[in-house]
Amino acid sequence: MSTANQIGAVPAAVDAAAFDAATAAVQAALAAGARYADARVVDRRHESITARDGDVRTLDQTASVGLGVRALVGSSWGFAALGDPAGDADARRTGARAAAIARASAAVPGPPMELVAVPPVQGGWSSTCLEDPFAVPLAEKAALLTGVTATMKAAGVAVAEALYQAWDTRTAFVSSEGARIGQHVVETGAGMHCLTMGDGETQRRSYPAFRGQYGTRGFELVREIDLPAHADRIAAECQELLTAPQCPSGDTTLVLGGEQMSLQVHESVGHAIELDRILGWEAAFAGTSWLDLSQLGSLRFGSELMNVTIDPTIPGALGSFGFDDEGTPAAARDAVREGVWVGVLAGRDSAAVAGLPYAGSVRADGWARLPMVRMTNVGLEPGPHTLEEMLAATDDGVYMEHNRSWSIDDRRLNFQFGCEIGWEVKDGQRGRMLKNPSYTGIGPRFWQSLDMLGGAAPGEWKAWGTPNCGKGQPGQTGHTGHGTAPARFSGVRVGVRG
Amino acid sequence: MTADLDALAAAVLGEVRRQAGPAAQATVRVEQAALALTRFADSAIHQNVADERVTVHLQLAVDGGRTATAATTRARPGALADLVAATLAAARLRPRDPDWPGLGTPAPPTSAGSHDPATAEASPAERAAGVAAFVEGAGGLSTAGFVQTASLTTVLADTAGRHLRGATTSAIGDGIARLTGADGVARAMTGRLADLDCAALGARAGAKARAGVDAVPVDPGRYAVVLEPAAVTDLVAGLVSGQFNGKAVVDGTSGLRLGDQQFDPAVTLVDDPQGGVGLPFDTEGTPTGRTELVRDGVPVGLTTDRRVAAALGRTSSGHGSDVGSTWGPVAGDPALSAGDGGTVEELVAGLDRGLLVSDLWYTRAVDPKRSVWTGLTRNGVWLVEDGQVVAPVSTLRFTQSYLEALAPGAVTVGSVVEGQPTRLMGPMGYNRVAVPALRLAAWNVTGNAAG
Repeated sequence: MSTANQIGAVPAAVDAAAFDAATAAVQAALAAGARYADARVVDRRHESITARDGDVRTLDQTASVGLGVRALVGSSWGFAALGDPAGDADARRTGARAAAIARASAAVPGPPMELVAVPPVQGGWSSTCLEDPFAVPLAEKAALLTGVTATMKAAGVAVAEALYQAWDTRTAFVSSEGARIGQHVVETGAGMHCLTMGDGETQRRSYPAFRGQYGTRGFELVREIDLPAHADRIAAECQELLTAPQCPSGDTTLVLGGEQMSLQVHESVGHAIELDRILGWEAAFAGTSWLDLSQLGSLRFGSELMNVTIDPTIPGALGSFGFDDEGTPAAARDAVREGVWVGVLAGRDSAAVAGLPYAGSVRADGWARLPMVRMTNVGLEPGPHTLEEMLAATDDGVYMEHNRSWSIDDRRLNFQFGCEIGWEVKDGQRGRMLKNPSYTGIGPRFWQSLDMLGGAAPGEWKAWGTPNCGKGQPGQTGHTGHGTAPARFSGVRVGVRG
Repeated sequence: MTADLDALAAAVLGEVRRQAGPAAQATVRVEQAALALTRFADSAIHQNVADERVTVHLQLAVDGGRTATAATTRARPGALADLVAATLAAARLRPRDPDWPGLGTPAPPTSAGSHDPATAEASPAERAAGVAAFVEGAGGLSTAGFVQTASLTTVLADTAGRHLRGATTSAIGDGIARLTGADGVARAMTGRLADLDCAALGARAGAKARAGVDAVPVDPGRYAVVLEPAAVTDLVAGLVSGQFNGKAVVDGTSGLRLGDQQFDPAVTLVDDPQGGVGLPFDTEGTPTGRTELVRDGVPVGLTTDRRVAAALGRTSSGHGSDVGSTWGPVAGDPALSAGDGGTVEELVAGLDRGLLVSDLWYTRAVDPKRSVWTGLTRNGVWLVEDGQVVAPVSTLRFTQSYLEALAPGAVTVGSVVEGQPTRLMGPMGYNRVAVPALRLAAWNVTGNAAG
């Protein structure tokens, strides 16, 4: 597959002076001995409102602007960042510092390294934002959140909380190869959850996802998810869970809702196909991967229903962009095709080390952090079935929705997920509610047991946003997207108890 | 990078008075942070970063409880006026916060923090030397990890007249050595780079990796365990974030029973910012003293900020943070007291049959009330029989209540306390947890490499 975003002019929202600072930093890094350098000036606004039990709890606004510079000396990298550079001198000092750090890296050197070629682009990209979230009156946003939490609280839950967030990020990128790229991305999201307390237990329900739904969109996303329409339902379900029977333990047929599938893809596929992990660059912290590069193109990852794409071009998805943070234009790529592993998330250096011809998945959490291999939108293409068909075809199984806990080993093999709610499935019918549903498995074995895949019904396949993907040292929080639909798996162990 | 933090704080308070009037209540916190981290993999430095910033935080309350918070890295006069204007506009638009606790009462902090200039000014070459020492210490094995130095200076001022200043530094060495599928780990966190012995860490990680080759699976089930300090760190982090966190008590998700003999008498836990790498005051300006959490197995304390403290009818313990409204007030420098169990080897010698666990990974709460967590072992597990390590074991999944793991009669506490890095709520990325090894009567292994 091959699609790409339309490259346009530098967005007017990106300050021209930001390019001057980035250019000065790159020039200083080159003058200090770097053979390659790039610089980003990032200006990010963030706004969040939280409500609890009918009252606004927090209203927070942040502005973070700064300069981050990468310098490559020989085969050693250095990165330096400075908040709010005051002018050319600050920018040049930061560029020179990046080169000095790279020289220090050479004290413990690695093998020779090159960068895969990327045509230097001069242009820009903006996400589509129909309604600027920062222009929506704070009072209106606060009223939405207080309203839904008041509704849930009145319905009898112990705790009701809701959250809205928005980011406005303007980036000027300059490289020593001649790239000059401006991007303006607006991201918006919201969600709500409630808790009920029983005798020694806590139950939780959330909507539309356990941390909310997010996208590279404006406030129209918040209006579309329509929190008020779901507040009573999740409050009622949360209370019903207290008296529901426990999810049984044993091996069974498992049907997962689309939101839970998004985290399943994120954890057991997305992270596993990160090339820095595969190469061992994350061995001490994030971990490695069970995938072996020598099997790229031949390894069976899952059943033939499994088609996973790396696609930063999906309109409105949270992992979408025009260019990654080393200036590579966004392009869609296969990661798994008919169950066979065929692609990775790569950067210019890691791709060169691996002998692969493509990069495009390097991103940074703001100006102060080093760009590194990150997920963009890693999603499972829709299948030929519907959720109703899956349930109707299941004699004995469990249907689970909405993530509650997640854990996976450092090779991305052994996972265990807990969900908020489950239902017994008997003779093709969704039966009684089950509490504390959980399941566990081994990645490739689990994916090879995928025997039905939803998405055939309108609205079943959605691009879910994950605004809290942690990776890197110092720590970085990534925003990723995962298009998924409900799916069915056979012979899965459920009901793991502590 | 040098900035006059006191002048910045004064400028913001001046803007507050000018724009919001004398009745407005405001707390300004100006942070100057520098963080440098050198990462290595395959025994080579592959990522090497440094960043510097000044961040101005403002909390503003008008009309007796219309509150808003804001922060910016733009620390110039015009930007500060904009910061105050935007925060004031936001505060005036929102409803009154019925739980707004107001500003704190002025109280002097108990120290100025522990700031080591040599650590604050450590060069990339010094961090690279630490990496080289770790690599050499591992004796030829492939290695990966990082060396970090960080410094933080904070000035806090408010409209009630408080003006506080504190500073701290920290240094971390953390790495693994790798040998044919086996990883061994060693890590340490101190307040001074000079106190890190990266060569010793490398040697320890190398020895662990060599002892972990040819691991075999064991069946799921309940095992007695000896948890090394790295693993105990996770257990303590889980308890302080989920159980002793005052917000969890307010919400009802904590299973703590204050005053009951809920833990083994050998367990004594405090939060001790002065003994760790914490600042002398929290984000609300409350002094950060020593907070007793468990005394001889009895839970006796909680961590609170002003809002949570008011809800519980207490005074703040000094655990306010920028993320407290979401995650609650959490101990930043927890310390588990040493016991009489001796070294790790002596704890193992007292085990008839069980497991020696180096490290835990990707632990997540399954049942908050019972503090049931699932996660995996990492960087080495060994089968112990008759007090002797008999075989390395492959990665295991557990699903275990941390509260029940420390129940009366279940715990022997080691005698050697180590400072370990972990991620809690620290402004510099990592917190320091001081813990000994533990021997626990039962640990619920629920899966292995086969599933």
